[in-house]
Amino acid sequence: MILQLKPFDENLLSGNAGPAARFAMELIVKIARIFQAQRLIDISWAHVASCYYNARPSLDFAELLARGGAKVRVPTTLTAGSIDLVHPEFQRGDADSAAAARRLVALHRSMGCEVTMTCAPYQIGRRPKQGEHIAWCESSAVVFANSVLGACTNRYVEFFDICAAITGRVPDVGLHNRENRRGQVLFRLKDMPQWLLGEDAFYHVLGYLIGREADMRVPVIEGIPRTVSEDQLRALGAAAAAAGPVSMFHAIGVTPEAATLEAACHGLSPEQTIDVKPAKLATARAALSTPLTRELSAVCLGSPHFSITEFEKLTPLLENVRVHPSVKFYVSTNRQVLAELKERGWLPSYQRAGVTLVADTCTYFAPVMEGCAGAVMTNSAKWAYYAPGGLGAQVVFASLEECVRSAAAGKVRCDEKNWLTQ
Amino acid sequence: MQASCVLIEGTCSAEALVLVERLSFWGGLDPTTGRIIDPHHPQNGLSITGRLLVLPGTRGSTSAPSTLAESIRCNTGPKGIILAERDVTIVVAVSLTAKLYDKSIPVVVIETDDYYQIRTGQKLQIDPNGRVWL
Repeated sequence: MILQLKPFDENLLSGNAGPAARFAMELIVKIARIFQAQRLIDISWAHVASCYYNARPSLDFAELLARGGAKVRVPTTLTAGSIDLVHPEFQRGDADSAAAARRLVALHRSMGCEVTMTCAPYQIGRRPKQGEHIAWCESSAVVFANSVLGACTNRYVEFFDICAAITGRVPDVGLHNRENRRGQVLFRLKDMPQWLLGEDAFYHVLGYLIGREADMRVPVIEGIPRTVSEDQLRALGAAAAAAGPVSMFHAIGVTPEAATLEAACHGLSPEQTIDVKPAKLATARAALSTPLTRELSAVCLGSPHFSITEFEKLTPLLENVRVHPSVKFYVSTNRQVLAELKERGWLPSYQRAGVTLVADTCTYFAPVMEGCAGAVMTNSAKWAYYAPGGLGAQVVFASLEECVRSAAAGKVRCDEKNWLTQ
Repeated sequence: MQASCVLIEGTCSAEALVLVERLSFWGGLDPTTGRIIDPHHPQNGLSITGRLLVLPGTRGSTSAPSTLAESIRCNTGPKGIILAERDVTIVVAVSLTAKLYDKSIPVVVIETDDYYQIRTGQKLQIDPNGRVWL
């Protein structure tokens, strides 16, 4: 079990390619040894989070790399950052942090990264193929790449991700190995009414529940209809990856490596089977809301970045709707989707309705929101999971329709008849 | 007890703080105060500053390393870390603070039942060979 390095790897370690490449390869090799990798493998795409300004070390490290001559060796995209570079007027944080955030993105651009600024790199026009090895950060993108696209990536963290981009190499461990993609814990949907399986919110809640229960094991889900949409699958993955260390799931008959239960589990039996009944989902759903108040201060959609198909659902709902003056309505998305909205001529209808479209970042961590003294409604389990800690917000998790209705009324307006107790 | 694996070499002596669940540093730790600020975590509100942090592993965000690195830079972080499993986030964070600020803490993994013998409040020592002494 000794790590075998190639001459290319040794060359970077020797410092011949500059101090930045040397440090990057040292870190890759350190992690490879810790996880007992036998070799490093090539990646075809890096998606990095080290462009997100969180604290001083974020900037200090990028400066160190840039000074050391760092250049990325593979196509590299950037995840959502801490500011909206498209709409700088939204910025409400302190000026120093904003300047640091801009500097951080500029440093990454100088290393050769594409300034995509999205947590949904699979929305930018090209996608990794099944079986392709990539090094992506951002838990929701990782789970989408592995589960829905069948590409192979571990859940890379910031700093390590840019080192993978600079070297083009990662340790051959985890989900890069086929045997680790085997489904281990089976979640069986039981007694779910058919209509519920068509609801977007169902997939958010199911994902949250699976994230809490699967832990490090790869979950397999039985009972998801073949008609499930890509947005629903990504909601499931994003919620699971926020609530737990999930990096991949299988949906039998739906996802590429799970034609059957046997295929998903590589012919072995699942280590555990968990039945998911409506009551269990209701409990999980309740945990996503912290409603101490019914006063509504904001609606936040788009975690992960709102897709064009989600906008196709939202646009008609906003027809004849005007957001109440006491409510802020934000949708986070990326530049690529924003350009598509512009192309379709939809931007004026959002302006008219009083909806703010935020690009490049996300409302649960960027200082763009104007106050969240009352409840904030969201249709995203991921947003609902992070906002109470990140923003100190009271959150009401609801459907897209309920969010729009409440925004117009200026008060939380959920269906009296709970969708899970019907 | 002997560590199964030394992730970052070093020595330290401090009082243990045993976390009963994984911690997400980003959104879960305030690096300016060293306190856990994750409402989903049962030990929300506790301070990790100057403690020997004992935790099963990390959880959640991609941006965890910079939060831990910032707490080490600001001296609000732990004096050392004992994990139940190998962890990339912590290795990356400490490798960075060592390189950028010349500040490092020992990090070891105990994969045996010895891990579960450690109690909050115990005075522990990590030696240069990765042994943990009560």
